[in-house]
Amino acid sequence: MPAPAVEVDRVTRTFGPVTALDDVSLHVEAGEAVGVLGPNGAGKSTLLSLLAGLRRPDRGSVRVAGGDPREPRARGRLGVTPQATGLPQTLTVREVVDFVAGHHRDPVPRREVLERFALTDLARRQCGGLSGGQQRRLAVALAFVGRPQVVLLDEPTTGLDVPARLALWEAVRGFVAGGGTLLLTSHHLEEVEALADRVVVVDHGRVLVAGTVAQVRGRTDVRRVRFRAAHVPGDLLAGAEVLVHDGDRVELLVPDADGLVRDLVRRDVAFHDLEVAAASLEEAFLALTGTPGDRS
Amino acid sequence: MTGVTGVAGPLRLTWLHTRYQVLETLRVPVVVVSTAVFPALVFAVFVVPQAGGMSPVAATAATAQLAVFSAMSVALFTHGAGIAEDRALPWDTHLRTLPVGAAPRFVARVVMGAFFTVLGLVPLVLVSALLTSATVTPAQFLRALLALLAAGVPLLALGLAIGYSLPAKAALALAQVLLLPLAFAGGLFVPPDGMPGWLQAISVWTPTRAGRDLVTSAVTGLDAGTHVVPVLLGWGVVLGAVAVWAIRRDQGRRFH
Repeated sequence: MPAPAVEVDRVTRTFGPVTALDDVSLHVEAGEAVGVLGPNGAGKSTLLSLLAGLRRPDRGSVRVAGGDPREPRARGRLGVTPQATGLPQTLTVREVVDFVAGHHRDPVPRREVLERFALTDLARRQCGGLSGGQQRRLAVALAFVGRPQVVLLDEPTTGLDVPARLALWEAVRGFVAGGGTLLLTSHHLEEVEALADRVVVVDHGRVLVAGTVAQVRGRTDVRRVRFRAAHVPGDLLAGAEVLVHDGDRVELLVPDADGLVRDLVRRDVAFHDLEVAAASLEEAFLALTGTPGDRS
Repeated sequence: MTGVTGVAGPLRLTWLHTRYQVLETLRVPVVVVSTAVFPALVFAVFVVPQAGGMSPVAATAATAQLAVFSAMSVALFTHGAGIAEDRALPWDTHLRTLPVGAAPRFVARVVMGAFFTVLGLVPLVLVSALLTSATVTPAQFLRALLALLAAGVPLLALGLAIGYSLPAKAALALAQVLLLPLAFAGGLFVPPDGMPGWLQAISVWTPTRAGRDLVTSAVTGLDAGTHVVPVLLGWGVVLGAVAVWAIRRDQGRRFH
């Protein structure tokens, strides 16, 4: 039986007085794609730094592709993206790809890497001269150079335009389709929905919910309700997350949309243009953590 | 079963990291020019004008002095300021996620420093050979390289200590502050005979002076003096301990 691709077992990690991860467990089977969601400071980056072998847990254990990521050998089966802005400015694209490839006995040929991430025309350009989007593409490409079993992507498409993002997703999907394991963090919830089968929501160093995208949504079970009304009694909004309340425009996230609508009718609120929709993952996430996705 | 992991062996990794560190540094023209040209330039300004009245031994010793200077400026700037700068870069963190241990990267850095020291020697030796009466036999030259290696150890440790203990700006400032006093007190610009008495007294305790005496002795055959070995060893141990402490502290902060 193959070992799980990623195994985080009851991990606690503190930085001075701050508990970044509090008894977190995460189990990812080979071939799975899992998205990690959470506001800034939730513990996502700490989790990734443990998986990449950069940090050590205070308690618990971390295993990636069957090994301890603190060991260079185990990291041979792991692909990590550097910060796009941190590529060596004076080296060319092909030099950086060759450098990373040089760590592996059987890397993906350079030509193939460049083609897959639409970098062929940039091969001889220095990293310092690339646009933000181009650097980002190269950074993501580097994670795949060593034919990894597990890839960690941290906000892979932040700052990319739509065609570039779609192309990158295509390349990442190809990796997962070929049996690769993906762990992804993103603020783009759309991105997690597009790439991941499973979602883990973390906040305050704990896993709040884990499940499929549909399950996480179902468990939060919120609806987005939008309508116009000149006046809404305040108590009707008590249990809701108010997204917009601007003049007569009202937009809410509520756990029980049916009940809200019944109340609006019963209390004779003069509303019109009523819309009720399933919440997006982002909204579900907002309802879960009670904070906008971009808390700082 | 190394084949299963698919990770390159330590020698190949060391060579890979050496090549790329050299390449990265070579791409910054200011660094290359200052490293390659500065020792030769100092030699041309301080030594060549007086070369007419100089004995071959004095001219050879002057060349050897500036070889030590080349090693020192590499230690202070390429290692000291360079390491401090690298540590602040996200790429340095990324390297830790690649399948390579600390040893190949560390050895690569030391070899890269040696490469740039030699790069500084080439124009220096050329200028010296063409414009002065300096001479060496092949055996003396080889001995001088070995002596330079020994002289370079405490300087390397100094560079590592600076690079791993200070933030980039402070490291650069300290490297600049140390460069000239260590060069003058060590007799790298002006030979110790020309020093005032008080400077003589300080000079014999500096690692640069001990290094200078060792390397000049290798090329001239003159006695190096009894202070050389204990001073080099002493500084090697002290600065080596500081370097180890600084490296451990840095690793503990960033990667624990």
